[in-house]
Amino acid sequence: MQLTRRSLLTRSAALGCSLAASPLVTPVSFAAAPWDTRLVVIILRGGMDALDVVQPYGDADFSGLRRTLSGGPGSGALDLDGFFAMHPALAPLLPFWRKGELGFVQAVSTPYRDRRSHFDGQDLLEAGTSALGEARGGWLNRLLQQLPGTEARTAFAIGQERMLLMDGAAPVSQWAPGAGLAMSPQAERLAGLLMEEDPLFHAALNEALELTRQDRLPALEEEGVDSAGMMEMMAPPRGKAHAEIAAYAAEQLRGDTRIAAFSINGWDTHSGQAKGLQAALGRLSETVLELHRGVGAEIWGRTAIVAVTEFGRTVRENGTGGTDHGTGGAMMLAGGAVRGGRVFGDWPGLSEADLYDRRDLMPTGDVRRHLAWLLHGLAGAGRNGLETAVFPGVEMAGNPGLLL
Amino acid sequence: MRFDPDLAEIRFGAGLSPLLPPPQSAEDMLRRLQGPDEMALRFPVSSFDEAFAGVSDFRRLRKQRRELEGSSGYEAADKAFKTYRRERNETRLNWHGQRILRHVATRDGFRERLVLFWADHFTAQGKSGPMRVLAAPYAESVIRPHVAGRFEDLLIAAVTSPLMLHYLDQLRSAGPGSRAAKRRKRLSGLNENLAREVLELHTLGVGGPYSQADVRQLAELFTGLSVSQDQGFVFRPGMAEPGPETVLGKVYGGGRPEAGQVLAALRDLARHPATARHIAWKLAVHFTSDQPEPALIAHMAALYQESGGQLLPVYAALLEHPAAWQPELANVKPPFDYVASACRALAVPQARIAGLRAGQTRRLLLSPLTQMGQRWEFSGGPDGWSEEDASWITPQALAARLRWSMSAPRRLQQPLPDPRRFAGAALGRYAGERVHFAAGAAETEAEAIGLVLSSPAFQRR
Repeated sequence: MQLTRRSLLTRSAALGCSLAASPLVTPVSFAAAPWDTRLVVIILRGGMDALDVVQPYGDADFSGLRRTLSGGPGSGALDLDGFFAMHPALAPLLPFWRKGELGFVQAVSTPYRDRRSHFDGQDLLEAGTSALGEARGGWLNRLLQQLPGTEARTAFAIGQERMLLMDGAAPVSQWAPGAGLAMSPQAERLAGLLMEEDPLFHAALNEALELTRQDRLPALEEEGVDSAGMMEMMAPPRGKAHAEIAAYAAEQLRGDTRIAAFSINGWDTHSGQAKGLQAALGRLSETVLELHRGVGAEIWGRTAIVAVTEFGRTVRENGTGGTDHGTGGAMMLAGGAVRGGRVFGDWPGLSEADLYDRRDLMPTGDVRRHLAWLLHGLAGAGRNGLETAVFPGVEMAGNPGLLL
Repeated sequence: MRFDPDLAEIRFGAGLSPLLPPPQSAEDMLRRLQGPDEMALRFPVSSFDEAFAGVSDFRRLRKQRRELEGSSGYEAADKAFKTYRRERNETRLNWHGQRILRHVATRDGFRERLVLFWADHFTAQGKSGPMRVLAAPYAESVIRPHVAGRFEDLLIAAVTSPLMLHYLDQLRSAGPGSRAAKRRKRLSGLNENLAREVLELHTLGVGGPYSQADVRQLAELFTGLSVSQDQGFVFRPGMAEPGPETVLGKVYGGGRPEAGQVLAALRDLARHPATARHIAWKLAVHFTSDQPEPALIAHMAALYQESGGQLLPVYAALLEHPAAWQPELANVKPPFDYVASACRALAVPQARIAGLRAGQTRRLLLSPLTQMGQRWEFSGGPDGWSEEDASWITPQALAARLRWSMSAPRRLQQPLPDPRRFAGAALGRYAGERVHFAAGAAETEAEAIGLVLSSPAFQRR
């Protein structure tokens, strides 16, 4: 083969055509997605303090546990139901609560106990097993293996971080917005030429170029909305990684993706929790708002967002205005598909005798049971598969009614 | 079979260098491997004992800080602790640079590859703050001295290393009938983690001839393997399960518990025919392809058994077998190997890497590995990094390789080499027509270098 600059240019035109026709990269979906609801799983890394996020101000023991960390509506929290109040940093989400599109589950945990290590705690949360090493990969991937008709785009892990919950034999997509290829068009063509004869590299390159292209395209351009003012108003906040991730997730969820997963960090509030949690909850609020904006009203109605964390924190405030690694925690639910406006879970109480190890919120429910019911309701996964393969050993028992 | 020097350096070594000649024969490679470890002397990395001693300092400073919480001395204690922690992280980055420099400067590339291979086979990771920097010193002191010795010595060194005992939870494993378990209710009891992985990953292999009962018995035999802050590995008879244990039909122990009984079992496991096959298969996968030739595996396993688990004859068997010399480049280089071989092809000067500030080392040489899918020294589990080509070449990871190859070289080597000559230097005769064309047709030097480094020919070996 004789390569010249001219032949390269002709070839790359041909390459461009074949790229557009490739089923791997075409933006038009051929296959109908296997189900129509949307699930967003957010891993809150670092251990979110359940008692500061959903404050049990109606519990007589609560006020004595925390010196500086405020509690209850008297300190600016938003009353939810006369017993629990929501941290003020979640105020932007209050309209969702009022519409029944925001809820919480209190006093839940994974089966992880006692060692209180972030890494093991997160690994177990994402593995979905009762102990580490009991099953391969993560629970979302094992869910995909249970369901017919899924393809790589069905589930999308977003961000640079490894999302263990998506690891496994079923193909999934992963991409971080802004992580695309920054090459000149000439270098793109030459890279294509270099990789053309190696199918593994060629397929990955084409997909990467396509994802980069989508990344650069303002989401609405594709739909023909080109009013500059509109664009500006609707564009996701720049420079905020979590919002960009949420906007990217929303864009995928408007297409073939049915499940998106990503993480929000910054929950390990050992000191100065008042400030740290404010910032983390601000990111969580903006993320939910961005997802709501990004998927649009129709898909929002079929969407459930669930935010989970590896463990809760100590019920008592420590000496540095923070809390330490604990056990029982909380999960947050949002979206038009959830039965919000309520705090789920069995409240264990906060008296000394009610605590786990006399220091932590006692977990009264298994995070995995609630997740299993979400997967059952949203993706139609069978109970048997959920209890044996996705979350081996979990007992789903009665339906907690998290979904409409 | 004619020895191919370029292929030898690409497939079994550190990749081609414009400054250093490739090995001239298999004997040459094995002779260097048995000779002095020049790279370890020239680019030192702390020994495990030295780095492990730092764990005590870390804990002491952290404890002091905690004790002073709320008092006037807190700020100073907090600063002392944070300074220590930062310096330790900077030291880790320095080790990382040293290890890359070894790949750049070595004429004994097979040794560097074997160190990576065995450190991965015996993956051990720190799970707590003070332990998290120890992987490089572990590779240095526990793995590196044994890569040309006997497999059983490597196995024993790894399994009794404080880092492994910590990583796979052996530290807290007490026999249910041990004195320690009777005295203290809080001891969680037997932990099978290390015993299972020794059988499944380190020796016999997942399909090997062992049962859950063997795992349990080996876990009971392992009780007593522990770590002391001052001495490192210790055997604590008080934690050992009394009575004999039967592993693969052979009885160990019975009398007074001692470490020797554990070592005897490890030696027997190391010499087991299933271990010979497992190790031969793993080496063949790593050095040749995801689907290695059965004849190659059989040849290596036979030499393993014949020599009683001596590794040199196994390597010799690999290097003499025609299946190891298929001319098509096969395996995809994992990210560390990719970056290190790129630095070698660029002939990045020692002073450049040694002169990087910690943050620069992180940005140029460490964080990019995470983006390429390899969070360096923290693989997902005790089974280490994937050998599967497809697991490295995902859209996101390939994009990260392209980004690195287009942007990092000009920060590591100035001026950049002439791209047309660079194609030949980096790939020898594996630089095909397309690579030469791309090197000449790119619009900028940096993109041309990046294209050569991102060609499948450079990413495979």
